[in-house]
Amino acid sequence: MLTRRKLALLTGAATATALLFAAALPGTALAQSKTVIDFWHGLPQPLGGQLEQIVKDFNDSQQTVQVNASYKGSYPETMQAAIAAFRAGNAPHIVQMFEVGTATMMAAGPAVKPVYQLMQETGASFDPDAYIPAVKGYYSSKDGKMMALPFNSSTAIMFYNKDAFQKAGLDPAKPPATWPELIDAAKKLKASGSSCPFTTSWPTWVQLEQLGAIHNTPFATQANGYGGLNAELKIDAPLYVKHVQTLIDMQKDGLFKYGGRDNKPDALFPSGECAMIQGSSSLRSRILKEATFAWGAAPLPYWPEFANNDPKNGIIGGAAFWVMTSPKRTPAEYKAVSQFFTYLAKPEVDAKWHMDTGYVPVTLKGIEIAKAQGYYEKNPGADVPAAQLTRTPTTENSMGLRLGNLPEIRNIIQEELEKAFQGQQDARQALDASIKRGNTVLRNFERANKG
Amino acid sequence: MQRRVTFDSRLLPYLLLAPQVAVTLVFFIWPAANAIWQSVHLQDAFGIRSEFVWFENFTHVLGDPNYLDTLKTTVIFSVAVTVLAMGVALLLAVLADSKIKGASAYKTLLIWPYALAPAVAAVLWMFIFNPDIGSFGRALRALGFDWDYRLNGGQALLMVILAASWKQVSYNFIFFLAGLQAIPRSVMEAASIDGAGPVRRFWTITFPLLSPTTFFLLVVDMVYAFFETFGTIHALTQGGPGKATETLIFRVYQDGVVNNDLGGSSAQSVILMVIVIALTAVQFRFVERKVHYS
Repeated sequence: MLTRRKLALLTGAATATALLFAAALPGTALAQSKTVIDFWHGLPQPLGGQLEQIVKDFNDSQQTVQVNASYKGSYPETMQAAIAAFRAGNAPHIVQMFEVGTATMMAAGPAVKPVYQLMQETGASFDPDAYIPAVKGYYSSKDGKMMALPFNSSTAIMFYNKDAFQKAGLDPAKPPATWPELIDAAKKLKASGSSCPFTTSWPTWVQLEQLGAIHNTPFATQANGYGGLNAELKIDAPLYVKHVQTLIDMQKDGLFKYGGRDNKPDALFPSGECAMIQGSSSLRSRILKEATFAWGAAPLPYWPEFANNDPKNGIIGGAAFWVMTSPKRTPAEYKAVSQFFTYLAKPEVDAKWHMDTGYVPVTLKGIEIAKAQGYYEKNPGADVPAAQLTRTPTTENSMGLRLGNLPEIRNIIQEELEKAFQGQQDARQALDASIKRGNTVLRNFERANKG
Repeated sequence: MQRRVTFDSRLLPYLLLAPQVAVTLVFFIWPAANAIWQSVHLQDAFGIRSEFVWFENFTHVLGDPNYLDTLKTTVIFSVAVTVLAMGVALLLAVLADSKIKGASAYKTLLIWPYALAPAVAAVLWMFIFNPDIGSFGRALRALGFDWDYRLNGGQALLMVILAASWKQVSYNFIFFLAGLQAIPRSVMEAASIDGAGPVRRFWTITFPLLSPTTFFLLVVDMVYAFFETFGTIHALTQGGPGKATETLIFRVYQDGVVNNDLGGSSAQSVILMVIVIALTAVQFRFVERKVHYS
């Protein structure tokens, strides 16, 4: 039963609602005259909030377009959500897709509107050469046309604990540049009492994909899949066998610690347990926040005998923005998307995002702006990722990977590596098994996406 | 005597049935039909190209040695979880059923874990057993025991079994306790007077009278271990290291959601559906036959 007090409260609430509704009406009317764009992303906090701030800045900068950003969970979950929405005829206008989903999106044909085409049709000016070649290459089709708008890119680098280096009698200003040097440093770190001289995040991405690019060695045939869907894995080349066997041996000797899949090992570095970690450059902000010791950043080491002392550029990770189609799309909506993309492609926006988040700048001018503002002097080591990405012109092997169902292949390789680290198989067997299982995945993808 | 409800209107019974039928259609028949349709097709992720491939997805799945390994892991996992969850629950229920101080407090505490979502329970376990950040995991390592479930398949399996069982003990406990309380005191007293000790009383009276509950829980726990432990495994090990803790349901998720292989994933779902139908049939037969022992 309603008491008088409750009744009064209810009446009050109803009045307030009505008032709010009335107040909101002019706003609604305004929004209706704007073109509304749905934008799904997969960045958790705090990065998601920073991305949404950029969207808000864009919305405030003009009167005709309203971009609604929504967080759809992790990258794979965002991908699933977008795929399911497309199947139901309700795809968002823009979706953020992680780099390993690139081949899937490129093979999606009518589900995706390539960015170069969008910009052409809407008459927007768009210069693909404004982007860092390693970034441009990753998102370009075989004939060099940009399929997606690069946004948040990272690359793999090494972080090391300067205090631990000091304690082990190593020069903190001189991180190991080659793998023999790294093994040497690991031995000294172990002798000085470190329980984990070295670990790696993203085992497949860093220890195999990046390794291949830096040493100009193919990861797969058909130019790492750029040449066609019939690519096959080539990770039984001597470089990969030698490298994986080194990791297995280092693990046996207590010089390397396997910390788990994907980015699980990230925590081992800021906590001070591991003295060196190879992982995503975006780990930087976490280390800044959590580490209580002196640390430095360095490029990934290389094998002198395989790199001819000329290591190539690393490849990128992170994500890009894809335009999706839907039966209900209007030209005005595409026009609005292109307006938003033009805004995002501005070097100032790129540089700000880079300096706020630790992702690498994707445009060449973005690097210049960060330099001009003195960002790299104030933040030593923050220029390592961009320097590694741009240090050589990209080759066929350092452009990136264009393999279907790459997330599955990455997991397969992680599984086989885990079996090897448990002592069930050696490097050769692990890589052969990965190739066999990985090629099955590639053949299925080829079949499903043919024609 | 048989009781029958008769309706005046011919339409009314159908109308009353309609909501249940609608729920079954929407939430079971329709998705199940979809799964069957997809299990005989090869599709790209976006559903743009689709090819009818007969039973190729099934032969592919069943011919994959990794799938058979996963099946083996699932059986080991399910049997271990069922035995452990039921054994511990029965022990606790028998103890809680005796006349002790604070029995109701114990009962409440024992039922609590059931209120936790599997993923939350798994995260709790991770904070205890993680070799780097877990309290117990670090203690084990400090004692010189090489505890690292990220690289040791046996340890990883042991941990997901413990975590999954712990979660189910509470559920079993409630049923066992109810079953125990339904056993007439007079029977137990008579046995006591005849000189039977507590162990003998348990095995000759309590256990047989509990058998319907036990069998019901056996089926429920098997189904739980097969289908509802996804969250636990996902949060703790993601099926690794290698494939040491990958169960059938985890692989369905992995292939369908992560790997975008809808055909293969659907074929596995259909196989799982057959298994669950078989389990349910067993349960129904049993419930029909045995549960009305009184």
